Amino acid sequence: MFNKQKKFEEAVLSGEYSNDDIEYSSYYKDSFKRLKKNRMAMVCAIVIILLVIIAVFAPVLAPYDPDVQDYANILKSPTKAHLLGTDEYGRDILSRIIYGTRVSLSVGLLAQALATVIGVTLGALAAYYGGWVDTVISRITEIFAAFPDLIFAMGIMFVIGPGIKNIFIALGLLTWVRTARMIRGQILQLKEKEYVEAAKASGATAFHTITKHLIPNCISTVIVLVTLGIPNAIMYEASLSFLGLGIQPPTASWGSMISSAQPFISYLPTYSIFPGIAIMITVIAFNIFGDGLRDALDPKMKN
Amino acid sequence: MLSYILKRLAQTVLVLFGITLITFILLNVVPGDPVAMMLDKRADEATIEKVRHEMGLDVPLPEQYINFVKGAVRLDFGKSYFTKENVMDALVRSFKVTVKLAAMSFIFACVIGLTCGMIAAVYRGKWIDSLLMTLSMVGVSAPSFWIAIILQIVIGLKLDLLPISGFDGPLNYILPSIALGTRYAGSIARITRTSMLDVIKQDYIRTARSKGVKEFLVIMKHALKNAMIPIVTLVGTELGYMLTGSMLIEKVFAIPGIGKLAVDGMMNRDLPLLQGTVVYIALVFVIVNLVVDISYAFIDPRIRYGKGGE
Repeated sequence: MFNKQKKFEEAVLSGEYSNDDIEYSSYYKDSFKRLKKNRMAMVCAIVIILLVIIAVFAPVLAPYDPDVQDYANILKSPTKAHLLGTDEYGRDILSRIIYGTRVSLSVGLLAQALATVIGVTLGALAAYYGGWVDTVISRITEIFAAFPDLIFAMGIMFVIGPGIKNIFIALGLLTWVRTARMIRGQILQLKEKEYVEAAKASGATAFHTITKHLIPNCISTVIVLVTLGIPNAIMYEASLSFLGLGIQPPTASWGSMISSAQPFISYLPTYSIFPGIAIMITVIAFNIFGDGLRDALDPKMKN
Repeated sequence: MLSYILKRLAQTVLVLFGITLITFILLNVVPGDPVAMMLDKRADEATIEKVRHEMGLDVPLPEQYINFVKGAVRLDFGKSYFTKENVMDALVRSFKVTVKLAAMSFIFACVIGLTCGMIAAVYRGKWIDSLLMTLSMVGVSAPSFWIAIILQIVIGLKLDLLPISGFDGPLNYILPSIALGTRYAGSIARITRTSMLDVIKQDYIRTARSKGVKEFLVIMKHALKNAMIPIVTLVGTELGYMLTGSMLIEKVFAIPGIGKLAVDGMMNRDLPLLQGTVVYIALVFVIVNLVVDISYAFIDPRIRYGKGGE
């Protein structure tokens, strides 16, 4: 699940990926030009925009209320009235998939936001102060990294209980480790730059140096990390909901839909197939776009 | 080399200690008194106190933690609240099943992944390359439990070729192994392709070709061998994920493996079983990664002296 991020991490830690010497306004302009040339990435960007529109305008776009039960139409195959059929309570599957987009995207985004806040803070503190601060933070990072991912997320969900807010928390706690490592690595390199020396010499506080000089120079790393982290979070959410530890019924989520479709695979196979296609399209779009973004922000990495 | 191994071992001990601590803290802040839940509401105060004492729950939390670690070191996690079975026995029994599943998936992922990755690299830019890379992208992006259900529908129900649940005979293993292995096959294919393309550019490949070595031998002997290091690391880590992340597949196919044990422990709020399972799964993961790292250091001397030794 982590290949892309891992490759990116190696490049950042080895110093191959760096952008601090480039003049900024033209740097982002050039990156955007490069990104526009990558056709696959642009197609995926459009898919992502469409997904966001679907999530935001779900009430307008969904043909039915996703939670209204209709016992006259239970487990129907796709028809004109119900384009993707109905589930075991007669609810419209298309409408539930449309509302599920909201769950998946918000979980992906908010979990990554939490992971970024924790990861950037700890990574920056470890790199800036070094010494025992670094040792303590690095050891904690190691312990979290050593936990197998799914069982860790399951354990947290078990303790704090199911629900969408708790999924943000569990996935944030699961995925901050990579961000912390990469930010630490990058700030260790940035710390040696003249402008940081200059800031310190002119009496800037640690807080000022970190927030005004160091973190802003890690922004492109963070952008790529978040883009590639969102599909992971979406996949974890689907997995947790499938196991019954995530989003609870009647809220529509792609993972829990597949879980409730499972008893009916011989009677209505399409019920379990459609939500999975939604997950797949979303994950592919973010993965390819994230790759494109990484290549565009650092042309040296592309070969 | 020795100092690298020692460093890595010391780190592992610290990590394992941290894992028991996190697991213990996590699971002991769960609301609800496990003893009261276990005895239902029929029991009176005196009985509850007695059972609490028998299970060692009447001592302060730090002491409970020390007892838990003492037990864990001897691989003794106590008895399940519900089945009264020794947790370690249940773990060993279930883990045997999961190891079988993971081993089959591992073989599937390596064979399919390496083959597809090599074909894609050799025919770079041709239609077969795009086809294989699209398939591998689908493989890494589709949820494994969904692939499992599709396999059940198509191969189990429509074609009626293989059983769709249970884990009794070799025929039962096939679909779960494919379902669990697909994602890893996809990522192995992708890294094999990248790594092979890196190597094929090198001068020694051109030399081999210009000497008149057959193309097949160039690929198999000269290129693949040198492309192996990144592939081996990835494959090693993935083995850890397969051994510890099979709960989704186990749920779909009703396989009595270690993932099912973890899910059961959660559903029944069976703390000793759950604590034991989480620590055991983490232990397996950490040990697999330790072995992978150390063997990697044998293959690639740069690790011993360089950044990996930090």
